[in-house]
Amino acid sequence: MIGWKVIKNGLLASLWFVFLTFPLMVIKVDPVERIIRWRWENSLYIALGTFAVYLLVQFIMQRRIKSAEAETPTDTAQESIIHRVLASPKQKYTLIALLLAVAIAFPFFSSSYQTNVMTTALMYVVLGLGLNIVVGMAGLLDLGYVAFYAVGAYTYALLNHHFHIGFWAVLPIGGGMAAIFGILLGFPVLRLRGDYLAIVTLGFGEIIRLILENWSEFSQGPSGISNISRPGLFGVELNLDAAIIYLYYLMIIFMIVTIFIVNRLQDSRLGRAWIALREDEIACQAMGIDKRKTKLVAFSLGAFWAGIIGVVFAAKTTFINPASFTFLESAIILAIVVLGGMGSIVGVILGALILVLLPEYLRALAEYRMLVFGAVLVAMMVFRPQGLISNIRRTYQFDKKIHPPTQQ
Amino acid sequence: MATPILQISGLTMDFGGIRALNRLDLDVHAGEIVALIGPNGAGKTTFFNCLTGIYTPTAGEILLTPPGTAKNISLKGLKPNQVTEKGLARTFQNIRLFSQMTVLENVMIGRHCRTKAFILGAIFRNAATRREERQIVEMSYAILDKVGLAHLAGEFAKNLPYGAQRRLEIARALATEPFLLLLDEPAAGMNPQETQELDRLIKEISTDGHSILLIEHDMKLVMSLSDRIFVMDYGKKIAQGKPAEIRSNPAVIKAYLGEDVDA
Repeated sequence: MIGWKVIKNGLLASLWFVFLTFPLMVIKVDPVERIIRWRWENSLYIALGTFAVYLLVQFIMQRRIKSAEAETPTDTAQESIIHRVLASPKQKYTLIALLLAVAIAFPFFSSSYQTNVMTTALMYVVLGLGLNIVVGMAGLLDLGYVAFYAVGAYTYALLNHHFHIGFWAVLPIGGGMAAIFGILLGFPVLRLRGDYLAIVTLGFGEIIRLILENWSEFSQGPSGISNISRPGLFGVELNLDAAIIYLYYLMIIFMIVTIFIVNRLQDSRLGRAWIALREDEIACQAMGIDKRKTKLVAFSLGAFWAGIIGVVFAAKTTFINPASFTFLESAIILAIVVLGGMGSIVGVILGALILVLLPEYLRALAEYRMLVFGAVLVAMMVFRPQGLISNIRRTYQFDKKIHPPTQQ
Repeated sequence: MATPILQISGLTMDFGGIRALNRLDLDVHAGEIVALIGPNGAGKTTFFNCLTGIYTPTAGEILLTPPGTAKNISLKGLKPNQVTEKGLARTFQNIRLFSQMTVLENVMIGRHCRTKAFILGAIFRNAATRREERQIVEMSYAILDKVGLAHLAGEFAKNLPYGAQRRLEIARALATEPFLLLLDEPAAGMNPQETQELDRLIKEISTDGHSILLIEHDMKLVMSLSDRIFVMDYGKKIAQGKPAEIRSNPAVIKAYLGEDVDA
């Protein structure tokens, strides 16, 4: 099945790659000795590697085409495993109980470093679920989501720094502040959609970061705010290890609450209105849905979760500065939503775990870490463009015998 | 004669230098089926868009009198969702269903403006919200049953055959409890059998007490359904009357067939 043509193309591709990577991989200037080293053996590796990857991709592609021809779309087969589990309540609750048990036991058989990483992953799960309301459900592409995260973090940092207000008191304030900023962003972009909306939100995210960076009297500028207190536990003083474990459990609880609420929102009148808004704005209005109100609620609810997690972030790291809230953060959270499957709660959870944990566990690959990470992302989008787990619409129970009168 | 439920006078719509609607007058009485016909580009869909708040008309007045009441509501300047709340629902010429939602959900969206559960109701799912949700589902299902789509309730809207999609649009509009239904070319692209079913469905909806204003090109359907017909050309009304009168109206024939060169 791999013919001469494929081999020829493979050879051409590897030659091209050797040429492309020549300055980077072959030439090495040694500034101390003032000589140039020619590492010709590298170009051989590149050629062999490219050729092998090319053949592998061709092989997979051909197999895919074949299996597509052989009737039954493979898509449904892959999809059904997780969907089947979720569809049957018994299996679903067993799975949830199992995951919960693992999650609770996790800190006891892993280092505090691992626990810390997992806490970060859980934070991104909640961030992803929050952004999922805006992007996945309401279909409003928001590239400045990190701004709300920053608002939450700075709300806690500043209130704690100046007035020594504790974590629990600021938590709702941080969420509320972020929600207010969500509405502030929402108003000017009510009429925008798609690309235009993305650009404005991108600008909004940058504005918030630049304000925090340059308004030194307010935010202490790039040097940031340090010595933020960790979350309190009924006045008990915790050492560092205990604090990490405590925060981990807090995040587990936050995540469960978030999943519960987002799930309920999705299945409600409001959730349906968001999805209708995503599907067709004009038809949605013509069916009596207030576009302005629905969009603003989506923005503010999405921002609320970012604000909450912002507060948690400030409490976790005890130090924040504007460098933590760059566009890259927004991009990662958006990638979580897209990768996981737009609008799908299970997908977003899985996406967050993969996107946060993968770079951590790829540390073994040292400097090639980000390269592999990028390759994994590209591969996932090529092979599953609809995301890891696509959303399934809820089915409604109704009594077929009832015929309430529709006449008036 | 009773006051018409919809009274439009002097409706004008300009797009830059182009006058798409030119001082249009039209009225619909309770229980009537009124058809609006005219050649392509006559401004029929623009007229619907003005009526439903998608465009704001340049001049003129749109007055709504819900049946059984004496109040006059001006629709001019209202947003599309507010117009729908007042009791006017529409379908679209180019089908605009929510394709990633199921058939039942599409109809449930129509119930949105008649229900009110919000954030807290959604999160706590209290008794009132549960009752409301159940009513939404049951009523939507009943409407689907009426238009003959109940067996497809769980399908995605995008997977429906064309004729069924058109009927789903009507079902979705009916879910908003309109007293006046605006249908924009409901029979476009339908085969004769589907058109016949549609004819029956529209008559049924009419006997249920909904007034209907429809745009249509299928003359057979228009003649069979309508109580009165309005004819438009170049944004102007050129004729109005009963189907028989319209059929023999020289101005209408001229608009549709063109003028004879040596006439």
